[in-house]
Amino acid sequence: MCAVSMVEQAEEKVVYKRPDSLNDCATHYCPGCTHGVAHRLVAEVLDELGVRGRTIGVSPVGCAVFAYQYFNVDGAEAAHGRAPAMATGIKRTLPDHVVFTYQGDGDLASIGLAEIVHAATRGENITTIFINNAVYGMTGGQMAPTSLPGQRTTSSPLGRDVELTGFPIHMAEMLSASPGAAYVVRRSLHNVKEINRAKKAIKIAFQAQLAGLGFSMVELLSTCPTNWGLTPVEALAWVEQKMVPVYPLGDFKVYDAVQTAAKR
Amino acid sequence: MSVELLKGNVALAEAAVRAGVEAYFGYPITPQTELLEHMAKRMPELGRVFVQAESEVAAINMVYGAASTGVRAMTSSSSPGISLMQEGFSYIAGSEVPCVIVDIMRGGPGLGNIQPSQADYFQVTRSAGHGDYHPIVLAPASVQEAIDLMTLAFDLADQYRHLVFVVADGLIGQMMEPAELPPMQPVRTAKPDWALTGAEGRDKRVITSLELTAPELEAVNLHLQAKLQTIRETEQRWAEQWTDDARLIVVGYGTAGRIAETAVRQARKEGLKVGLFRPISLWPFPEDRLSALADQIDAFLVVEMNAGQMWEDVRLAAGGQVPVMFAGRMGGMVPMPEEIYEAIQQLAEKLPGDLRSGG
Ligand SMILES: Cc1ncc(C[n+]2csc(CCOP(=O)(O)OP(=O)(O)O)c2C)c(N)n1
Ligand code: SF4
Repeated sequence: MCAVSMVEQAEEKVVYKRPDSLNDCATHYCPGCTHGVAHRLVAEVLDELGVRGRTIGVSPVGCAVFAYQYFNVDGAEAAHGRAPAMATGIKRTLPDHVVFTYQGDGDLASIGLAEIVHAATRGENITTIFINNAVYGMTGGQMAPTSLPGQRTTSSPLGRDVELTGFPIHMAEMLSASPGAAYVVRRSLHNVKEINRAKKAIKIAFQAQLAGLGFSMVELLSTCPTNWGLTPVEALAWVEQKMVPVYPLGDFKVYDAVQTAAKR
Repeated sequence: MSVELLKGNVALAEAAVRAGVEAYFGYPITPQTELLEHMAKRMPELGRVFVQAESEVAAINMVYGAASTGVRAMTSSSSPGISLMQEGFSYIAGSEVPCVIVDIMRGGPGLGNIQPSQADYFQVTRSAGHGDYHPIVLAPASVQEAIDLMTLAFDLADQYRHLVFVVADGLIGQMMEPAELPPMQPVRTAKPDWALTGAEGRDKRVITSLELTAPELEAVNLHLQAKLQTIRETEQRWAEQWTDDARLIVVGYGTAGRIAETAVRQARKEGLKVGLFRPISLWPFPEDRLSALADQIDAFLVVEMNAGQMWEDVRLAAGGQVPVMFAGRMGGMVPMPEEIYEAIQQLAEKLPGDLRSGG
C-alpha cells in the first residue's frame, strides 16, 4: 500500500491536489526525472475531461513500465514496443473508451517502430504520450535511436558517431506525414512555461480522440539525470540547450477539426 | 443444419464466427490465408472487429489487447508467422488472458515451403514462447473435426483463461470436405470480472505479466502450474480404433493419423492385429490412455509429418514398457498409406510371435 500523504484541508479552498487519475503512491522514478511530471499532466487532463472511469492506459517496457500502477485507471502492460498494437486491440473492442499508450524512445522509436507507424497510419483513434529522453533509461543508459550526435552513452562510449550509428530519429516529424495522424506535436518539460504548454497539448490530444479524429501523439522532451550523469538542474538545462536544437518544439500536424474539438 | 462442402480454412473461420469470436487480427501467409479472408468479409458484416495487422508480432499483441477487454479474440497463421508470435503468446499466458490461435502448419525450417507439415509440434506443445508453461493444443484430422474443435477451443480458453491452439497442416486447411457447421451462438454480453472495461464505479484493474520480485513471480508460476495440472488431468482427448485386441498400435495425429487409418484398415483386412491411436489434444498429451495401452501391446509405431517430435511424447507415455518405432516424412512430403502399411509389415516381422495370432 502507498503511504497517504495528502493533508486534510477542512476550511481552506483546495487549489492544488493529487488528481483522481493518479494513485496516491510513491513512484520509483529517479529524483529530477520528468517522467513524474508527464504522469501528473496526463492525470490532470483525464480528470479535467472527466474520462477517468472509461480510460484504459497501456504501459511500455522502460522506466514507465509501472505506469499502470501510478495511473488510477484500468491498465495493461504491453511487451516492449507493442503498446500501440495492444491499444489497437483494446480500442477496437471498446470504441467508446479512451485509450492511451505511454512510451519511451527505445520502446516507440526502436523495437516498436512498426507498431507506432502503423497505428498512426491506420488512424487508430488512440493517444500516445511519447517520452523522448535520448537514452534507454531502464536498462542503464544505452544509446537510443533518439540519442544526439556525439552523446556519450554506455553503448556509444566515445560519443554517438553518426557515420557508424546513424542519425537521431524524429518521430513527431515522421508520424505527422501520416494521413491517419490528426494531432502530432512536440513539447518539452524543462521549465514551467513548457510544462504548461505540454499540458495543453496533452489535453488537445485526448480531445482529438474523444472527437474520434484519429491518431494523436504528444512527444515530450524529458530528462534522465541518472543516465546523463547530470544533476536534476543540469539535466533541465541540457534539454533546453542540447535537445531542443535537435528536436524543435512545435505543432507538426493539427487537423482543423482538432482545433474545433479543442475549443468545444 | 445442413451438410455443405467446405474448405478447411473457411470452415475454421466460420466456426469461430459461430462460436462468438468478436475480434480477429491476422496477417496473410499461405496455406492459412483463406481464414483471414473469410474473416475480412464476415466480421465487419456482423459488426465485429477485423484488423489486418502490419505483422504477426502486431497481430498477436492486438489479440492480447482485445482479449484483455473480455471478448473472444483470435488470430491465425502458419509456421513462420507462429514463430513471430511467440512473444505475444508468452505475455498472454503470463497474464492469463484467454485467446485462440490457429496454426496451419507448413514445411520448415525457415521459409521452407507451403506444403503440409507437422513440423511445429515442438513449437506449439512445449511452450509457444519463453517462460514455463504449455498452451492447450488441439489437432483435427478432418474439416468436420476442425469445426468441432474450434468451438471447443473458445470454451476451453475461457474456462481456463489460457491460450488454446488449433493446429492443422496445410492439407486440412486447403482441402474441401462435406461438413456441418454449428448454429450461430450469441456473442457473450456479460464481461468477465477481470476484464478491462474502465474503472467506473469499481477499483481499477490491470492486465500484466510483470512480477519483479522472485517470490511473487514464483507464486504466479505455482498458480499457473496448478492450473496446467488440472488441464493435464481433465482435458486429454484422443480417438482409437481396433485397440481391444491390438498387439501393435499406430499413433498419428491430424493428417498423419488419418492416412495411418487407411494403412491400419488394410492391415486389419490382412488379419494383422494392429490398432490406431489418434491424439486429439497434443497438449495435454493423452499419456494416461497410451500408457495403459502400452501394458497390453508389443510395440507402438508413430507416424508424423516431421522428424519424430510427438514420437518423444509417445516414448515418455510408454515409459520403456515397449519399443516405440517411428516412420515419418519431412519437408512437406505427405506419407502414402502404402508406406505406413509397409512400415507396419516390417515391424510385424521384428516382433516376437505372429501379429496374426494375437498371442
Ligand atoms: C523484447 C525486449 N527487448 C529488450 C528489453 C530490455 N529493455 C527494457 S527497457 C529497455 C529500454 C527502454 O528505453 P526507453 O523506451 O527509451 O524508456 P526509458 O527507460 O528511457 O524511459 C530495454 C531495451 C525488453 N524488456 N524486451
Ligand atoms: S533512469 Fe532516467 S528515465 Fe529512468 S527514472 Fe531514472 S532518470 Fe528517469
